[in-house]
Amino acid sequence: MAKIIGGLGTSHIPAIGGAIHKGLQQDPYWKPFFDGFPPIHEWLKAQKPDVMVIFYNDHGLNFFLDKMPTFAVGAAPQYVNSDEGWGIPSLEPLKGEVDLSWEIINHLVDKEFDITTCQELLVDHACSLPLKLFYPEGNYPVPVVPVCINTVQFPLPKAHRVYAFGRAVGEAVAAWDSSKKVAFIASGGLSHQLEGTRAGFINKDFDLKFMESLLTNPEWATQFSIHELVEKTGTQGIELLAWLAMRAALTVGEGAGVRKVHSNYHIPISNTATGLLALEKVS
Amino acid sequence: MASRTPLPQIPGTNPFDGEYAKRGYALNKMCFSFNSAENRAEFLKDEEAYMRKYGLTEPQAAAIRAKNVLQLLDAGGNAYYLAKFAGIFGLDMQDIGAQQTGMTKDEFKAMLVAAGK
Repeated sequence: MAKIIGGLGTSHIPAIGGAIHKGLQQDPYWKPFFDGFPPIHEWLKAQKPDVMVIFYNDHGLNFFLDKMPTFAVGAAPQYVNSDEGWGIPSLEPLKGEVDLSWEIINHLVDKEFDITTCQELLVDHACSLPLKLFYPEGNYPVPVVPVCINTVQFPLPKAHRVYAFGRAVGEAVAAWDSSKKVAFIASGGLSHQLEGTRAGFINKDFDLKFMESLLTNPEWATQFSIHELVEKTGTQGIELLAWLAMRAALTVGEGAGVRKVHSNYHIPISNTATGLLALEKVS
Repeated sequence: MASRTPLPQIPGTNPFDGEYAKRGYALNKMCFSFNSAENRAEFLKDEEAYMRKYGLTEPQAAAIRAKNVLQLLDAGGNAYYLAKFAGIFGLDMQDIGAQQTGMTKDEFKAMLVAAGK
C-alpha cells in the first residue's frame, strides 16, 4: 500500500512567479517569504515523496462560469500551465499520476462525493508555483494529482464538507496498491481580499489560530460557515479550504498524529498574508 | 418553496453568488477570453467592437471604459476574471486595492504592512 508521509501548505500569489523568474529571492521585500522554504527543502530531500496530491483552486484558467465544478479531480498524463493573462511566465507542464487519479476518483464517488473528472486540465499558478517553491532546482521531479476546490463562485462547499472530502482523498491514497510515498500540498490563502471597499483585509490573529489548529485540533475550522470564514479571512482567504482538505487527508491510516516540520507566516506579499506549513505524519 | 434567510452583510464585501454570476456573465466571459494574447491584442485594437462581440451591457461597458473596479464588481464582475482585464494594463493588486479603497498606492501598501505588526 502507498505511504502517506505528510502535507505542505503554502500561499500561491502570482507575483511569486515573477519574483522567481527575476531571481528576487534575497530582495528585502521577498526574503522573509522565501527564507521560510529551506527547512522544507531539506525535509523533502530526506523524505523523497514520489507523488504529490495538490488541493488548490483554479483562478479562471481552466474553469469558466459556464461549468463550475465544486470538486474536480485531474486524471491526465500531464497538466499544462498556460497564459493566465497577467503576464507571469508560463511554466513547464506537470506530469500526472493517472493510476492514483483513478484510485481517488473511484473512492470519492463510492463515498458519495459527486465529483468532476478531468482528463484534460490546464493548471494555473496555484498548482505550478508551490512545486517551484518546494523544488527550486530544475524541473518538477514528482508527478501530481491536482484536486480543485471551487472558491470562485458561491455557494462554496462547507468547511465541514471539505474536511470530509480531504479525508476521503487520504483514504484513497492509503488504499492505493503501490509502494510509492505520497505527500499532499495545500495551495492558497491565508487571509486576503482583492475586491470591494474591504480590499486589503488581512486577519493575522485568525490565520495564526488556524495554523495552530492544524497541529492540535484539525477540525477546528469546520465549526465556521463559509460566510463566517469569508468575514474572518476575506473573499480569497477562503482558499484556506485547501489547507483543511490537506490536513484531513493526513488523518487516515496508521497514526493520526502529525509533527510540525516547519512553519512561516509573513505579511504582506502582494495583498496577502502568506502562510507556510510542513507537517510530517507520525504513527 | 423554502426561502433562505439573507446572510448578514460583511462590510465592503459582496461574495460572488448566483445573482452576481447571472448579472456578470457577459463581462466575465470577455475577461476569461483575455487568457489569450491574441484576444488581448484584439481588445486593445478596438475595445468597443470587442465589447459588442461579447454582448456587454451598458453598465458593464461603461465600467470597462472607466477601468473602475467597484463599478465592474457592481456590474457582476468576478475578481478572478477581472484580474485578467487589469493585467492588460499592467495594474497590480495594490493599484486595484488603492483604487477601490480611495487610498493612494503607498497608503494602501502601508495598510498591508501594518496588518503584519
